[in-house]
Amino acid sequence: MTSLSQANRIEALPDTFVSDRLARRKLRHVQERIIEFVLFLAACVSVATTLGIVVILLTESFVFFQQVSLWDFLTDNQWTPLFADAHYGILPLLSGTLVSSMVALLVAIPLGTIIAIYLSEFAPFGVREVAKPFLELLSGIPTIVYGYFALLFVTPLLQKLIPGLPGFNLLSAGIVMGIMIIPTVSSVSEDAMRAVPMALREGSYAMGATRFQTAIRVVTPAAFSGIAAAYILGISRAVGETMILAVAAGMQPNLTWNPLEPAATITAYIVQVALGDLPHGSIGYQTIFAAGLSLALMTLVFNVLGHMLRKRYRQAY
Amino acid sequence: MSEQTARLESIRALIAAHKRWDLVFATVGVLALMVGVLTFVALFAQMMIDGAPRLSWDFFTNFPSRKPDQAGILSAWVGSTLVMIVTAATAVPLGVGAGVYLEEYAPKNWMTDLIEINVTNLAGVPSIVYGLLALGLFVYGFGLGQSILTAGLTLGLLILPVVIVATREAIRSIPAVIREGAYALGATKWQTTSHHILPYSTPGIMTGVIIGMARAIGETAPVITIGALTFIAFLPAAPFSGDPPAGLFDWVMSPFTVMPIQMFNWTSRPEAAFHQNAAAAGLVLVVMTLSMNALAIYIRYRLRKSIKW
Repeated sequence: MTSLSQANRIEALPDTFVSDRLARRKLRHVQERIIEFVLFLAACVSVATTLGIVVILLTESFVFFQQVSLWDFLTDNQWTPLFADAHYGILPLLSGTLVSSMVALLVAIPLGTIIAIYLSEFAPFGVREVAKPFLELLSGIPTIVYGYFALLFVTPLLQKLIPGLPGFNLLSAGIVMGIMIIPTVSSVSEDAMRAVPMALREGSYAMGATRFQTAIRVVTPAAFSGIAAAYILGISRAVGETMILAVAAGMQPNLTWNPLEPAATITAYIVQVALGDLPHGSIGYQTIFAAGLSLALMTLVFNVLGHMLRKRYRQAY
Repeated sequence: MSEQTARLESIRALIAAHKRWDLVFATVGVLALMVGVLTFVALFAQMMIDGAPRLSWDFFTNFPSRKPDQAGILSAWVGSTLVMIVTAATAVPLGVGAGVYLEEYAPKNWMTDLIEINVTNLAGVPSIVYGLLALGLFVYGFGLGQSILTAGLTLGLLILPVVIVATREAIRSIPAVIREGAYALGATKWQTTSHHILPYSTPGIMTGVIIGMARAIGETAPVITIGALTFIAFLPAAPFSGDPPAGLFDWVMSPFTVMPIQMFNWTSRPEAAFHQNAAAAGLVLVVMTLSMNALAIYIRYRLRKSIKW
């Protein structure tokens, strides 16, 4: 009916006449589309960033792998790209990365898990309200400050306990890195535990279980995939951490599994090269992209794993 | 009868024994939290003892120097401030735009899914990889050089996921009634968004932006990777100063250094006197990031208290 009466009205008007309101509405429609498109472009920047990272890392590494075989890269146990006798084996950097990450996880996983269980199952409301923002603050401290702390506070302290510990070592960097990662592990684990439905806890209490028994035997297993996701996120942060290691663990590539020794990590190597003045396009310049590619692949695997595990616990309830 | 009492007693003893574990674990939990607290206290105390004597007016107004007692952080804090301006100018429009698009406009299709997965994954990319992206793309690809613009863009991209996620969460907490009311009065989508959605979600977005900026100001690795210099003894030209006069935006192409790089430079020197400078610079940096984070936490706390839809 309405459309019919409108049609009659339009017919009654001269052909060329477009009312002000109709014109405005048409213009408004065009404006709306333009705005939507601009917002869409803003959202696409994230896709473009990922594409940029992939393209840059792959193209620069491709040039690198034309001069160094992938086999040498993966098996040579020396990394001396800036020396006259150049070797391009990623293993020494990888060992430094893995050892420091292991130390960090040995600190962050037990402490982070205990804090998560405590905050989710035991802590009174007041403690939670103070502890959570505090942990957030702890994770907001710049990593260079943690690096300074590792080099000039933790290392001298450890040297008193372990005589003969060198000034640069993976142990103190790893410990400080672990403390830095605690908030990541504890907050993601705690979210997973709080997502466990109350009915499970009530059932456990009804059977006469104590808080501790409920937390360990009911809540933790139920939240397991979320907790595992927290661990994996922690690992990926440890592997990608840069400044603490560059400051406190030294910059000498060293194929070692001993945390008491100094060793460079993949990230520390990139910093070392960037601090120097390498000409664009030289093989030394390309090594940092090959190292960066290895790092990005490692963290990608961990992130995807963690993401999948987190999805699973979300679907569970 | 007595057998029953004995059984009851043994059950009570069992429960008491198990309840003791509750107490033990609660203690262990508090101790674990204390590790965090103690680290924080030790870190702060160490920097205070080492660095506080160096904090003076001169420290903020002097350029870095070979003589540790004359060195200051003038070029570093000016550089950090300018880089943060570019970072905010990049991350806020892009992040808020993307967040609004994903919440209000995005159709349910593969493109939207792709964008969402991307945002999640980008949040997990190590910061140094952003540095490599910037080195390949901004420094050499676009020829922007080792400038304030390059650093600002890099850090802007780095904190983009933080801003997007905060924007989306803030928008999601606005009830549908608000939108329906606006549509019922004939408002278009953009009018609804700009008159209602954005103003109401501003505190939430601000929280995300502040946390992101606090992260960006402390980031060292990506800025070192693009090749920022560690020793800068001049300031970028102020607009319309000098001869010939600099343009309004000439400073964005200037070489620069930032606070964390200055601190890294001083930390990695062997002389203890420079370590004191590093401690003082660290103190300034920590106070800056912590007060930004505290502000964000405070805004969120007030938001939770005051807004009840």
